[in-house]
Amino acid sequence: MAVLTETRTALPAGTWILDPVHSTIGFELPYLAGTFRGHFTDVDAKLSAGSLAGSARVASVDVKDENLAAHLQSPEFFDVERHPELTFAARSIERSGDELEVDGEITIRGTTKPVELAGTIGDPFTDGFGRDRVNVKLETTVDRTQFGLNWNMPLPNGQPALQNEVKLVAELYFVQEA
Amino acid sequence: MRVLGISGSLRRDSYNTKLLRAAEELLPPFAELEIWDELKAVPPFDEDEELGPTPEAVSSLREAVAGADAILFATPEYNASVPGQLKNAVDWLSRPVATTVLRGKPALVVGASTGAFGAVWAQAELRKVLASAGARVVEAEVAVGHAPTKFAEQGALVDDELSEQLVEALEVLAAEAPVRPLALAV
Repeated sequence: MAVLTETRTALPAGTWILDPVHSTIGFELPYLAGTFRGHFTDVDAKLSAGSLAGSARVASVDVKDENLAAHLQSPEFFDVERHPELTFAARSIERSGDELEVDGEITIRGTTKPVELAGTIGDPFTDGFGRDRVNVKLETTVDRTQFGLNWNMPLPNGQPALQNEVKLVAELYFVQEA
Repeated sequence: MRVLGISGSLRRDSYNTKLLRAAEELLPPFAELEIWDELKAVPPFDEDEELGPTPEAVSSLREAVAGADAILFATPEYNASVPGQLKNAVDWLSRPVATTVLRGKPALVVGASTGAFGAVWAQAELRKVLASAGARVVEAEVAVGHAPTKFAEQGALVDDELSEQLVEALEVLAAEAPVRPLALAV
């Protein structure tokens, strides 16, 4: 009996569409003494032919306070009126077993920058409704000020209230296109 | 383009109100300025009052801001900061935070003072407050120092350099405001 020892390098064949209900595309960064987290509920993404692209609607930013959500949409942060969408498009994806390295471009507040993401990909499986699914998790860190999200407030000790380095986290659950 | 002018001074012969009138004459041709002059009638902000009917002056202010394409604030400087009554009005405007009429509203801050510096600290603080409330604060400044020497009796600026700065600042404001022909403005 042959033993499978090769490391998989190919992405699953076919076209895979994001299941937005089970996926999370969000951000986290140190704020005051803790970590501030938020995510976007209106998102889409597609994995096909060795490529990955997705977008998120700024108006769907979800944090634990509607006033904070309003502040994040204002010109001090994402400026939803002028820049309603965040987008990502991969330029190259390298797979080694379960590990993924993705090079691409991210656009936030109308500014596009190259970005490298790292994460994992699972094996395709069939869910209870007979649909084929595959899971991808990716992370990267960006400097929000490079995209014009410059808001800050000095604390009494002189340190800024909000850090500039923001971790972007994507837990993507794809369903194979019928 | 409809610009709403708000002076932070209540004084009848206020230099900041004069500055608004000077701006009225220097606006781009497609713009008009309306001065909101009910600042004195705005009651102190009180969350308890938000539970009942909105005070009349607050409704008037909110409607005026909602109907304007841009806002021009002219502020004096009291003790290195924004006059309390103007800050109080912005505090009312900023509520409710999630749906404030200030959200995304282009706003220009200018100022006049009898001293040398033209209310630059009050202007900076007002910009911070407006941005925090969600306004689109434009990057321009006009600081009219030694104000008693800068206005003609009719209210026009007599300083050409300041007039030029005000024209440029108003152009920056106009560039941020949505394009809306006056004839169609409701």
